[in-house]
Amino acid sequence: MYNDKESQKIVDIIQNYARKHSLFILAYGTGCGAIEIPPTMTSRYDAERFGIRGSATPRQADVLLITGYLATKSLKRVIKVYEQMQDPKYVIGFGSCTINGGMYWDSYNTINVLDKYLPVDVYINGCMPRPEAVIAGFVKLQKLIQQGKADGWDIYKKNIDEYKANQKKIITNWVMPDFNF
Amino acid sequence: MEGIGYKILGAVLTTILAFVVGMFYGGFSRKIIARIQNRVGPPVWQNFLDVLKLLFKKTSVRYGLMHHFAPLWMITMSITTLMFVPVLNDGLFFSNLNFSGDIIFLLYIMVFGSLGMALGAGSTGNPNSAIGVSRGLTQMVGFEIPWVMALVALMIQYKTTSVTGLMEVQSQSGTWLMFSSPFAFIAALLAMPGMFRYSPFDIVGAPAELASGPISEFGGKYLSTMMTSGSIFAFVKLTLYVDLFMGGASNLIVLVLKTFTLYMYPVLWGAVSARFRTEQSVRYFWGWPTFFGFIALIYAAF
Repeated sequence: MYNDKESQKIVDIIQNYARKHSLFILAYGTGCGAIEIPPTMTSRYDAERFGIRGSATPRQADVLLITGYLATKSLKRVIKVYEQMQDPKYVIGFGSCTINGGMYWDSYNTINVLDKYLPVDVYINGCMPRPEAVIAGFVKLQKLIQQGKADGWDIYKKNIDEYKANQKKIITNWVMPDFNF
Repeated sequence: MEGIGYKILGAVLTTILAFVVGMFYGGFSRKIIARIQNRVGPPVWQNFLDVLKLLFKKTSVRYGLMHHFAPLWMITMSITTLMFVPVLNDGLFFSNLNFSGDIIFLLYIMVFGSLGMALGAGSTGNPNSAIGVSRGLTQMVGFEIPWVMALVALMIQYKTTSVTGLMEVQSQSGTWLMFSSPFAFIAALLAMPGMFRYSPFDIVGAPAELASGPISEFGGKYLSTMMTSGSIFAFVKLTLYVDLFMGGASNLIVLVLKTFTLYMYPVLWGAVSARFRTEQSVRYFWGWPTFFGFIALIYAAF
């Protein structure tokens, strides 16, 4: 009964159920996709029925929502915010810009592939994704959490050197601590 | 020896009851606000899931001793306050600790939870927390004055300083105190939304401007403990109002009906109003509620 695999399985089921149905999101809304967040949360599409709720600070948040393109300047802030969040934490890449750069693919000051710098659990395709697509993305994330496959935070910790090398390649003036945990 | 056993069992039962009822009230209020905004809203047990999830989160933040103590302080104070509020009129399990001066004691101890939160928020060093704490203390100065005036008026009028004494007065005379001393009731009722921090008075934890204020550095288990403490404290305040002004409750169903009716008043007011600024909030509390507090004192003295 103590710490064996069967009881751990039961604990995991309860944990994943609670995590799945209570997602506090922190929207990093510098990209244009942020305009789709208010309709997703309010009357018409009502994301709160899935237990999705906005949170004000990174300390309380579970999901980091990167809405659209990321300038190299704001990547630094995103990394800071992501590392301030408490485990387990998930990242949703929102819109084409986070997947391959989208319409900013040849811009000199945006990053193209978000997954190189932060572990993305779910991508939502589209430029911009409609609220239906956003909710579909959240449901996909919930499925991954239920199966225990949304482990981007673990991957980030295990491959921290690789991620840090990628981040430092983009951010030339790195004037913050190496880790903001 | 049997008496002590019943008391301990009663204390445990009361705490569990307060937690469950407070959590469900939070869930119902979220559902009702959602329905007002023409949404479906989360399920009523959503707050349980939130607390459970937060409890399972890992924590890697260290801000010193007071940061750890603040949630514990808050939940301790909530449960201590609960222990001095009689839940039912004459229940075997829910009578709890009472002594002859417990209204004065309650007046002091109801502030202690916020004080713990202020100390914890101060030790995190977040500027949002500091602003939230200063706003909270300012607002507390606002609503405590009419609330204390109402209670002092009751104590003068009925010459008793215990909650059970006031409940006995009500059961003997057969009328609720909200009818036999109406001005004190009006003052206390107008001061009540400030205690619950629903919308016009949510200046402390304003998520859009202060990033949730004092709790902005508290996540995971800390926040879970704070949410638990908040729901227990909501139940305590509602029960105290019912005990003082609405004749208490003879069984749990009556208690839930009365407290839920009372709870809907700050919730519904909050659902349709925007946030006050700090000075607007204080001006509100020092206006009509304090005026009715004065009237209540004069009414009680003569």
